[in-house]
Order: sequence, then structure tokens, then C-alpha cells
Amino acid sequence: MSITLSSGAVPGPRKDPEVALRLGRRRKRTDLIIRTLCVLATLVGLIFLASILTTLFYRGFEAMNLRVFTHVTAPPGSEGGLLNAIVGSLIQAAMGTAIGTPIGMLVGTYLAEYARGSKFGDMIRFVSDILLSAPSILVGLFVYQILVLPFGGFSGWAGVVALSIIVIPVVVRTTEDMLTLIPNTLREAVIGLGSPKWKMIVFVCWKSAMSGIITGILLAVARVAGETAPLLFTSLGNNTWSTDLARPMASLPVTIYAFAGSPFEDWIALAWAGALLITLSVLLLNILARSLLRTRK
Amino acid sequence: MFVLLLLGAIIVELFIAGLPAFQAFGIGFIWSTDWDPVQEVFGAGVSIYGTLVTAVLSIVLAVPLAFGIAFYLTELAPPWLRRPVGTAVELLAAVPSIIYGMWGFFVIVPAFATYVQPTLIDNLGELPLVGFLFQGAPFGTGIFTASFILAIMILPFIAATMRDVFEQVPPVYKESAYGLGATTWEVMRGVVIPYTRISVVGGIMLGLGRALGETMAVTFVIGNANRITTSLFGPGNTIASLVALEFGESEMGSLKLSSLLALGFILFVLSFVVLATSRYLLRSRLKA
Repeated sequence: MSITLSSGAVPGPRKDPEVALRLGRRRKRTDLIIRTLCVLATLVGLIFLASILTTLFYRGFEAMNLRVFTHVTAPPGSEGGLLNAIVGSLIQAAMGTAIGTPIGMLVGTYLAEYARGSKFGDMIRFVSDILLSAPSILVGLFVYQILVLPFGGFSGWAGVVALSIIVIPVVVRTTEDMLTLIPNTLREAVIGLGSPKWKMIVFVCWKSAMSGIITGILLAVARVAGETAPLLFTSLGNNTWSTDLARPMASLPVTIYAFAGSPFEDWIALAWAGALLITLSVLLLNILARSLLRTRK
Repeated sequence: MFVLLLLGAIIVELFIAGLPAFQAFGIGFIWSTDWDPVQEVFGAGVSIYGTLVTAVLSIVLAVPLAFGIAFYLTELAPPWLRRPVGTAVELLAAVPSIIYGMWGFFVIVPAFATYVQPTLIDNLGELPLVGFLFQGAPFGTGIFTASFILAIMILPFIAATMRDVFEQVPPVYKESAYGLGATTWEVMRGVVIPYTRISVVGGIMLGLGRALGETMAVTFVIGNANRITTSLFGPGNTIASLVALEFGESEMGSLKLSSLLALGFILFVLSFVVLATSRYLLRSRLKA
């Protein structure tokens, strides 16, 4: 940088109106180009979403009929449905959430109410966040190691445990976030009335954070409903009707995975029908969770 | 406490399970490119290569798009449009990965095989230096397609993080820049990006962490061949896709199973490092 000495009244290089005009035009042009590119980027993102949804609706509705809900999976060529997969998915997602939610809520509560600012709490929070984004296939491998190998076979229980491991960090995160939003004056008021801490947490904090926590649970359900990788190594999939958790159990994502990769037309059609079902339920859960959160705000 | 144990248990279990493979092949397991189930020789080289290449390539594709979306949502979009567009982008994150896999397999792969790849091969394949990246037959599947799908999958995560950190720039800073006559882009480049640089990198790392471990979508489209090809259109595999494919064919207690679990361990270490870095970079945002 050199200091320019100018003879004019204003320091700095002499202003040439021509140059200034050109510079201004160039700045405006760059701005316009970048803005256009950004709008385009957003459009591209939306187009992807639209493309996925239209493909799903188109191919899914084509294949959708009552048989999908009334028949179990069958060999290619014979009329089959997805009943066992749908029921299997519902059971495993429900059980997984049922096991994971209380643990997640307790951990989240611990983080927000007892371990604020402590080293140990920070560590737990860190680990939970890592688990939240860790590849789900690793959870599958882990459960395979601890439940499938020792007990000598794939089982619905293993699938349930794998899903609950995925549920936990999601619920931890939202529980903690929601509890931290509660004003401290509320806590002080309750304690000031002479209530023990556990009563304050259960009857006041949880109660006022409930809608937020439910949002987290819904998001967790939406997450596990579409999980494939962990189920592949745990509940494996089952082509017959079975609600026995001690045996391999069918689930929608795994069935889709198996059917979509097959060369049979009717299986692929069923896979699309299943994909439509899953996506619709997952997106509905998400939108529901969001609207819940919004009314709270 | 429980969560801590869980993470520790996952690492320890995967390490113990992979131990026979590490013992049999030594440290060379990591870069050996053999994968021969018949002779029981296994190496992680190809899948580690595939994992890193697809993840990095997907970041390259996704970051500019994500930046554009975040910029649009924070500065350009009219307020009434912000919420619906933001929600739509976030819904993209909610779509299960198997759906991306199917969509990629039935929509993107044919489109790539007929339109995108022949064009790229014809026009870029002859170039010196970079030409080798674009040679080969247009199958539609392969490393490039996998990166493309991954890019779409991590797009919402990166875009959402960027938007959140952009929104945290104090309005006074931006207003003073506007007051000096800066254009929107100049405010972005001169004020917002320097202010949020670290968090933006953290968001990108978060996307990278996601891309590393993504399984189902990649398995559908990567072509699944255990060799390293220089062309981006060649088939390959990633750690996650290899494990997903081969797991069903491995017997309990076999060396192959152990090798797959050892791969899982390597993947865990990789993603742990990336995610930990991401969290470290984003910590200022999380505290705010």
C-alpha cells in the first residue's frame, strides 16, 4: 500500500467519473450474477426434491393397491404384498422408540439440569453429538457383535436394539435443548416453594418442555422408520408372516432394498409402493413435528 | 454415562471383532488393494479410496449449491418465501437414504448413462492432464454418480448450518456495510463470510462426516467393483457399501467377516475424527 498524494481537496486518487461509473457498473454486474446463481442453486435444490417426490408418487401410486396391505411378500410372479414388512417396521420402530426414548430423556435431563457447565457433562454431550451423526451402518455392526453373534441368529430384538441406539442421541439433543429454554426463574420459584429437585424436574420442567420433547420423539421415529443399514445385520428380513421378536423380522426398508435390486418387475413395483409409504410417513412426521414446534413458539 | 459407555462399547467391539483381520494382514490391511474371498486375502485399500474420493467429490459438488441456498435464504429471498423454501430444503434431509438409492438407481443412473456421461466423455475425455478422469464407458453407475447422490443428500445439512450461522451475524455489521454503499454480494463476501468462516467450515465437515458413512444410497449406484479406477465414471466401492453387500455372504467367525468388521472400525475412526473436528469448529455457534 502506498500513500497517494493528490492535489485535490479530497485525499486519495483523483476521481475520474468515467472510471467510477465503470467500476460501479462492474460491481452491480457481479452482484447480479452472483444473486442469479444463488437463486439457481436454490431452484436446483428444490428441483431435486420435486424430482424425488414426483418419481415416488408416479411409480408408487402405479403399484399401490389393496393387495400391498393384505398380503405378505411372495416369490416373484405370485401375487404378493408388503403386509409383513409394514407390520415388522411398525413393531420395530415402535419398540425401538419405546426403549430409546426414556434413556434419551434421562440423559438429556441429566445434561440440562444436573451437569450444566461440568466437564463430564460436556464430554457426554460431545459423545452424544458424535453418535447423532455417526454412520448408522456401524450401529448395525455393533449390535451384530453383541446380540446376533452370541445368541446365534438374527432376531427382531437385535433390530429393536439397533434402532433404539439411533433414537437415543436424537432424543437427548431435543430434550436438552428444550429444557435449556425454560427460564431459570421458573426453577427458582419451584425450589423456593420448598419442592425437591426431582419434583421440580418431573412436574415443572418436563411438563413445560413436553411439546418440544414430543417433537424430538417424532423426529426420532421418522429417522428410524427409514433406517436400512442397521437392520440389515440385525433383524435381517423375513419373507413370511412373523411377529415373533426372537426370530428374524421383515421391515419395509430392508424389503425395499432387496426388491429394488431384483430383476423382477413386480418386485420392483412393490419396492416403489413401499418407498412411497415410507417417504410419505417420514415426511408427514417431520411436518407434524415442525408444526408442533411452531405453535409452541 | 450410558451414552459414553455406548460409544466406547461400539469402538471396542468393532476393534476386537476386526482384530483377527489386523493380525492376519498386519497394518498393510489398510492400504492393500486385494479382496479375494476365494483365497481369503483381504485389504481395505480400494474401499478406503472409494470412501474418501466419493466423500470429497460430493463436498465439492454440494458446497457451492449449499452456499447459494443459504445466501438466498438469508439475504435474497422475500420474507414470506423463506420459511417454505427453508422447510423444503430441510425435508430433503428427512428423506430416508434408501429412497435416494432407488431414485438414483432408477432416475439418475439412466439419465447419466444416456445424456450426462457421454457428453462429458466426448468433450473432456481428450483434454490433457484431466482427461483421464472422464474416460471409460458410460454405464451410468460409478464413483461420480455416487458422489452426485451423496452431494444431494448432504446438501440440506450444509445449507441449514450455513443459514443458521449467517443469521447470527449482528445486523449492525451488515447494515454499516450497506450504508457504505456495498452491494449484497460485497456484504456477503466482506462481512458475513469472514465473520462466519470457522462455523462454515464446521458445517462442511459435518456434511463430510455424513458422506463418509452413507450406505444404502451408495450401494445402489456405485457399481461395486473392488478395483481402483482413475476414471470418475468407473465402478468402485466404499467401506459402507462393501460391508452392506458382502456381509450377508460371510460366515460367522470367518476371516472375511472379521475383515468387514475391521473396515467398520476404520470407518468409525475416520468419521469420528471428521465429526469431532466439525464439532470443535462449530462450538462457538453452539454456545451462542
